[in-house]
Amino acid sequence: MEEAEAKAPPASFLKDIVTAYRRNRLATLGAVIVVVLVLMAVFAPLLSPYDPFEIDLDAMTQAPSHAHWLGTDQFGRDLLTRIMFGTRISLWIGIVPTLLSMALGTALGLIGGFYGGWIDTAIMRLCDMVLAFPSLLLAMVVMYTLGASLVNIFIALAVVGWAGTARVVRAQVLSLREKEFVEAARAIGVRNRVIMVRHILPNCLPALIVLFTLGIPGAIMSEATLSFLGVGAQPPTPSWGLIITSGKEYLFSAPWIAIAPGVFILITVLAFNFMGDGFRDALDPYMKQ
Amino acid sequence: MKSFILKRLLISIPILIGITIIIFFMLNVVPGDPVALMMKEHISVDVVARVRAQMHLDDPAIIRYFRFLGGALHGDLGESYKLNRPVTSLILNAFPNTLLLALWAALFAWAVGIPAGILSAVKKYSLPDNLFMGFSLLGVSMPIFWSALLFQWCFAVRLGWLPVAGFAGWKFVIMPAIVLGWSSAGIIARLTRSSLLEVMRNDYIRTARAKGLHELPVIFGHALKNALLPVVTVMAIQVAGLLAGAVVTESVFNIPGVGRIAVNAIQARDMPLLQGAVLFETVLVILGNLAADILYAFIDPRIKVS
Repeated sequence: MEEAEAKAPPASFLKDIVTAYRRNRLATLGAVIVVVLVLMAVFAPLLSPYDPFEIDLDAMTQAPSHAHWLGTDQFGRDLLTRIMFGTRISLWIGIVPTLLSMALGTALGLIGGFYGGWIDTAIMRLCDMVLAFPSLLLAMVVMYTLGASLVNIFIALAVVGWAGTARVVRAQVLSLREKEFVEAARAIGVRNRVIMVRHILPNCLPALIVLFTLGIPGAIMSEATLSFLGVGAQPPTPSWGLIITSGKEYLFSAPWIAIAPGVFILITVLAFNFMGDGFRDALDPYMKQ
Repeated sequence: MKSFILKRLLISIPILIGITIIIFFMLNVVPGDPVALMMKEHISVDVVARVRAQMHLDDPAIIRYFRFLGGALHGDLGESYKLNRPVTSLILNAFPNTLLLALWAALFAWAVGIPAGILSAVKKYSLPDNLFMGFSLLGVSMPIFWSALLFQWCFAVRLGWLPVAGFAGWKFVIMPAIVLGWSSAGIIARLTRSSLLEVMRNDYIRTARAKGLHELPVIFGHALKNALLPVVTVMAIQVAGLLAGAVVTESVFNIPGVGRIAVNAIQARDMPLLQGAVLFETVLVILGNLAADILYAFIDPRIKVS
């Protein structure tokens, strides 16, 4: 019982964060938008009467109307339906590669910062190299190597994104490893791996939460750009970037095909950025500690 | 200063070598057979063997890497398989277009970002401040390809003011430069604003005000000089970033630059061309960052290599 109480985060910690977060109106708006997007992604089949893949040649490039709120694309597919199903892809693309890159970056940052020496030097020089690459070009090279598919986008974005996390975590570990609680753990014979995972890692969580929230919009934009350039998701996947690409050819006659999904990307990116800023402000005192 | 530049140059060398290793091994070794990657269709064994011999693919990877590195150091990046021309000459022919686009984008970013940042700082929390910061937030939240399409739809299709795409005169540069420079302008505006606000809290500004100076001489004569220090560094880094970031803009506006070469090389599965274009752009970014560091050390002599 006592052990469980010791492990649980102090009530004031969560309360402080929630209070500080809710004080930021834009961050609250961002959270509401994200919840709506998640609901839209989960209930897309129930919300729309149309099939996102079914071609209807009688309804090609129809302007927005009561039947098709955002119009139809060049194959007569309802654009809103495709965008709603695309929300699933964008959220997955936002979350999975960001988690993957953060897991890799956190592990390497922890190891480098904790052990120091040649391991740290090697990891940091690798970080320098990855960060020196223009990220889009690096992602393009990975996609060229692995081939265009959604799973490979996960890998490409993780390969591109881990170095930033590794640097932040390493910086935190460098300061944390000198703290008394780490010294105390060492003194009573706790193993290094346990110190890293159970004592140092939880103290990096505030920074990781901010990095995660701010990493999602970057991943969503990168996926859209890769799909636009033809090396990301492949047709007929209803990826937002891919829908915009198909709309490019119809910019004169049916501009809504390219415009509507872009508005959704913009709203999603803004929402996550607002949330990230909100978390950063709310967690700032804990990160400084 | 000389030792700073020398140290900074020495730090860049292992990074450059590491980048050649990453690019080479990702494009040549990891996926297995580059011939199979290049030629998707069914091809005869003879053709595969001939292409492999031409590409020296039967040599050990380490030998191929050093051949690639030696060639790159002598300006030889191989030959494009699809275009049958030296990669170096293809890139050098396209580079002036990318450079022109990046410079115009940078000029736009500076010309808009710095005044907007100053005005936002001076009129903190006012309507212009909120407007400028809103626009800068939009700039960093929109995918470049989408804002490019919006500009094309608005200014070329609807209003007919500017050409949709192409690269045959100054009118063709306006839209791509604005699209490419928008997010950079936003970043510069935000940085100028925050930097100026911070400097304005310093004691020497209070002293200048206490002497009875008007607000404009305080800002332009005293505060701005120090406030622009970090901005200048970011501006230098951005030029390199814009050169590499022009990939998407060049594709949408059909500009024959290095970025479009990279995209075309991926679509045509032309590995030597992609390898050359990526290496060229990455080296540009590293040199840009190096130039920014050196420039910063010149402006602010307190900076040292740690």
